[in-house]
Amino acid sequence: MLLSIKNLRVNYGNVEALHGISLQVDAGEIVTILGANGAGKSTTLNAISGLVHITDGSIDFQGTALHTLPAHEIVKFKITQSPEGRRVFGTLTVEENLMLGAFTSANPERIAASKQWIFELFPRLEERRKQLAGTLSGGEQQMLAIGRALMSNPKILLLDEPSLGLAPILVKSIFETVKTINKAGVTVILVEQNAKAALKLAHRGYVMEVGNIVLADSAENLLKNKQVQRAYLGGGH
Amino acid sequence: MEQFFQQLTNGLAVGGIYALIALGYTMVYGVLKLINFAHGDLFSIGAYLGLTLLLSMGLFDKIGALASVLLLVVMVMVLVAIIGALLERVAYKPLRQSHRLTAVVSALGASIFFQNAIMAIYGPGLLVYPHDLLPRIAVNIFGVDIPLMRIVMFLASVVLMAALYFFIQKTKIGTAIRAVAIDQGAARLMGINVDRVIMLVFCIGPALGGSAGLMVGLYYGQINFNMGWMYGLKAFTAAILGGIGNIPGAMLGGLLLGVIEAMGAAYISIAWKDALSFGVLILILIARPTGLLGERVAEKV
Ligand SMILES: Nc1ncnc2c1ncn2[C@@H]1O[C@H](COP(=O)(O)OP(=O)(O)OP(=O)(O)O)[C@@H](O)[C@H]1O
Ligand SMILES: [Mg+2]
Repeated sequence: MLLSIKNLRVNYGNVEALHGISLQVDAGEIVTILGANGAGKSTTLNAISGLVHITDGSIDFQGTALHTLPAHEIVKFKITQSPEGRRVFGTLTVEENLMLGAFTSANPERIAASKQWIFELFPRLEERRKQLAGTLSGGEQQMLAIGRALMSNPKILLLDEPSLGLAPILVKSIFETVKTINKAGVTVILVEQNAKAALKLAHRGYVMEVGNIVLADSAENLLKNKQVQRAYLGGGH
Repeated sequence: MEQFFQQLTNGLAVGGIYALIALGYTMVYGVLKLINFAHGDLFSIGAYLGLTLLLSMGLFDKIGALASVLLLVVMVMVLVAIIGALLERVAYKPLRQSHRLTAVVSALGASIFFQNAIMAIYGPGLLVYPHDLLPRIAVNIFGVDIPLMRIVMFLASVVLMAALYFFIQKTKIGTAIRAVAIDQGAARLMGINVDRVIMLVFCIGPALGGSAGLMVGLYYGQINFNMGWMYGLKAFTAAILGGIGNIPGAMLGGLLLGVIEAMGAAYISIAWKDALSFGVLILILIARPTGLLGERVAEKV
């Protein structure tokens, strides 16, 4: 097991957003987390990344208690995130954004190799390397957010709604790319509203409702699950 | 023509000082969205520490004027940087999660503390830098005699600004500082230690401000405990003029304000010098609220 979360609780002020969730991820998997708005999907990813403090429970990564570490230390364990809403550095160039993704790496050759791989995945970024990230289209910004998260050769890539606000054709190409990234050996945790596409891509899935995990199964079974079909797949698929 | 050229060079020299101080305001605002009201006092501390070091070490007799000034600049920058880092640690860091107004009150408190500390240590009166340290010679440029010290002061501020600009634009740490100013959460996801970056900004800004204090002491020869108030206010104006949070903006705003003031003093009235600079500020805020270089790129959300 690569990552193991046990009884995780997170509070925002007095309000508890995660009520003790547990989930596991194995090396090489794509695991998707589904759920309605406000279910706690982003909070889960941010707890893994160390952006929110946890009030109880544990996050174990290959024997390291991640929940005791600050966010910038967690990146050194090769766990990176492409956050919800992309959050690229708008007044920096594409290239500068990518280099920030490699902030914790000291090896210039590795950095160059990662950059080349990212330009292969997203040729558009190479064309626009000198352009300010804030002037990219939404789809290009999403590519940049993912590329930036790949710059430090992550073992686990956390993707928070990469398809948000993108045209269907772009969504398809982003999901294809996620598959390619996974094939290259990167474990992926994918948070998505686009449940059908996510389940088709993922090996396993978790379904969250208001701070709890209510279903955990293989993607195949979740696609067939009546409850999932009704709530997230728009009925009669 | 002669008067114009004199005033232009004078304005640029004073403007360089404003710019150096303005950089501290703008950089801290950039990463914390906080106006460090104690920044003007760090400038004063630079002037006082410079005087103390100069008198106690007898540098000018031992190693000559140029080496002495360089050594003084370095020492003052290091010491004021340390004070800046301590200020951040004691007065601002504990309030990082609090309401913005709380930090402002803390900033004002720190400013009062520094002024009183200077007064308690050095006394409330004017202090003078030894006036025969530097050669009082003039350089003839296009038939106009410009004091050498004025040129040196301007060049020194330009060199410091160029170094900062290179550091911010071209180095990995400089890029991290810009990233923190844009989005702290995203910066942390890159593995950037945001606390360390903030502390670094609280070293760089005060180091530049402290060096400006030393230059003012060397150039004008007189310092007093509340000199940081007027210089701080002017530099703050310069930062707003250029677009607060914007580093080239602070440089431009400082130089521009210095020149406007010098011209105003010469061609309008010296009594209206300060009113003129603040008048310019008001005009800019009405015509271009983001300052001259502020917010050039709209970010897509
Ligand atoms: N910074 C915050 N402060 C206070 N409450 C928050 C904060 N962030 C999230 N919450 C609350 O925590 C709960 C879970 O939010 P979270 O962002 O994790 O949901 P989500 O599943 O990612 O939703 P979405 O699909 O809309 O992105 C919500 O009720 C939300 O209002
Ligand atoms: Mg979310």
